[in-house]
Amino acid sequence: MFLALIGIFFGIIAIVYWFTAYEDAGFLMLLGSAFLGLLPGGYYLWWSRRMRPLEGDEPDATPSSGAGVIDSFPGSSIWPFLLGMGALFATLTFAFGLWLAPIAVALGLSAVIGGVVESRRGGTV
Amino acid sequence: MTTTIESPDLIEPEEPGGPGAHGHDVPAHEGGHEHHGPTGILNWLTSTDHKVIGKSYMITSLVTFFISGAMALVIRMQLAGPTSSLVNFQTYNELFTMHGSLMLYLFAGPFAFGGLANYIVPLQVGAPDMAYPRLNALSYWLYLGGASMMTLSFVVAGGAASFGWVAYAPLSNSINSPGTGTDLWLLSLGLTGFSAIFTGVNLVATIFYLRAPGMTMFRVPIFSWNMLVTGILILIAFPVLFGAVVMLFCDRHFGTHIYSVQGGGVPVLWQHLFWFFGHPEVYILALPYFGIVTDIIPVFSRKPLFGYRGMVFATLSIAALSTGVWAHHMFTTGVVLLPFFSLLSYLIAVPTGIKFFNWIGTMWGGQLSFQTPMLFSMGFLFAFLMGGVTGVLLASPPVDFMTHDTYFVVAHFHQVLIGTTVFAGFAGFYFWYPKMFGRMLNERLGKLHFWFLFIGFWVTFVPQYLVGLKGMPRRIADYLTSNGWTGLNQLSTVGAFVIGISFLFFFANLIQSWRKPVPAGDNPWDGGALEWFTSSPPPHHNFTHLPPIRSERPTWDYNHPEHRKDESHGDKRHREHEQKKETVGANS
Repeated sequence: MFLALIGIFFGIIAIVYWFTAYEDAGFLMLLGSAFLGLLPGGYYLWWSRRMRPLEGDEPDATPSSGAGVIDSFPGSSIWPFLLGMGALFATLTFAFGLWLAPIAVALGLSAVIGGVVESRRGGTV
Repeated sequence: MTTTIESPDLIEPEEPGGPGAHGHDVPAHEGGHEHHGPTGILNWLTSTDHKVIGKSYMITSLVTFFISGAMALVIRMQLAGPTSSLVNFQTYNELFTMHGSLMLYLFAGPFAFGGLANYIVPLQVGAPDMAYPRLNALSYWLYLGGASMMTLSFVVAGGAASFGWVAYAPLSNSINSPGTGTDLWLLSLGLTGFSAIFTGVNLVATIFYLRAPGMTMFRVPIFSWNMLVTGILILIAFPVLFGAVVMLFCDRHFGTHIYSVQGGGVPVLWQHLFWFFGHPEVYILALPYFGIVTDIIPVFSRKPLFGYRGMVFATLSIAALSTGVWAHHMFTTGVVLLPFFSLLSYLIAVPTGIKFFNWIGTMWGGQLSFQTPMLFSMGFLFAFLMGGVTGVLLASPPVDFMTHDTYFVVAHFHQVLIGTTVFAGFAGFYFWYPKMFGRMLNERLGKLHFWFLFIGFWVTFVPQYLVGLKGMPRRIADYLTSNGWTGLNQLSTVGAFVIGISFLFFFANLIQSWRKPVPAGDNPWDGGALEWFTSSPPPHHNFTHLPPIRSERPTWDYNHPEHRKDESHGDKRHREHEQKKETVGANS
């Protein structure tokens, strides 16, 4: 909904700009922004028709009506840290040279593999 | 370890509140320094708990805040007298660049959406954690990496970046700003930018999909609403910054000519892209702090919020308008459409005015109590009003042509940003500190902190408006006695040091609360939102029990059943029907 509204907003602004401005690029950019808002907005609207309503949206829901499993949450995981450090080394490679790249790749790959395996198994690897 | 979370139980209003103040302290903070054993550090490194990540964010961003504040004091000392030679010009350029960069990229945003929002939003909407806990942890590590990179760029050869926090092309190209410091600055924006984007995704998903049963969108507290809108704005703005930074990096190192005239590029494109990020960024910095104040004022006025829906729509329209005003930073370039951007900039004053009206309306006729968080919120109102009014002046092209790049602008955005990030930010810190650590902060020291900050703030920045109107340009390291700017600059420097002193009270307060803890209990301020329902600090997945959620103040309804008709919005008849149904349910 919000995204669709953003899209409509940009559409209006684009039309206003078209009539007041002296150039075309800004108009096209604003039109593009409108489209970018409408695309995911429309997708979510389409999906929201098919979704089971959330308990959080029921005005008179009680906590007991939401009883049951909410979702699985990872309690702790080392992989985000390793992935973050991998990203740090990868960016440092751009500043200080390629000798840092192996560290970045090693950290990043191990984190991606570890993270995926962790998700599949649903527990600490 | 992955844990499957079951919903918390319903707690009926007849029962007394949740468990009392928690006995033991949460160890995770201070960046896992020397006090922790290996388990402690590993615990911190692997944590995906939004509360641990939120506190880590807050501590890291406050560290950058104090480093950056120290830089500001050096800048003020340099400007205290004409022809000063405290630091050389190159160092001065690095100082003001890093002061701005640290404050804006590393403190103001991350403190709000990484720190306070990370901690408070899941509590306010009744969620067990953020929607993507591991992504949340990744955000923090990217942020920590980026923050360290930017801060440590002082020690590389050639020094830190020195082109101002806006990095205008062509000053930021490889000829005018060679050196690794500049590269590190750009790369750290890439890292922290992604960290912000991930946090934005997390906030939006949490607020949309992890609300507790009964917590409809129009019962979500305004702080969380504002964080939702901030999250959407982050998703609009930060990718643009990242793209601009990548292109600048390519210009510097890979021979592209996107921002250079020689190869057919357009230097002013950088300004467009930067401010298309930069102006929504201003509201990414402001909206969370509006939210903090909006949550605090009703609590200390003993009234529900006046105009809840008006607040939500004001927030949404501010966010929408903020994406259409970027070129008001570029009036003097001569290549932007003045009336269009001026008009849209003026329009932002309307929803902001609605917010002010509602804040005052909330206080009107309430039983006001001026505890520290409320004092800071009042400080925010005054500071932001002044900053906002001068902002309206600057939105007028003729005024902007006169004052562009003078200290008038410097004073304007410092009043806006200190009003939001410092006054409202510390209001939130004092407000939620008991919830986060289960102990109170000292009221007397908090008030001393406020008054020194408040007085120092006005003494620092009012002279800057005046000296700006007298023609003093920003970013100069030096001026002459004959300019006649000396007296006002000295006054401003004195004010800056009063602000500096105010933070000594803050440190004293923190030390006192750790040395001699005063237990806070679950709800020290008699707050109304859901975060005050759980224990202080909250257990691992936040709630063992939940109250029935029938308004935007479920904790208040629970603690004050006699006032349950005092709700600020919605269909009253519907609500009475609800209450009848509940009573029937409880009786049967």
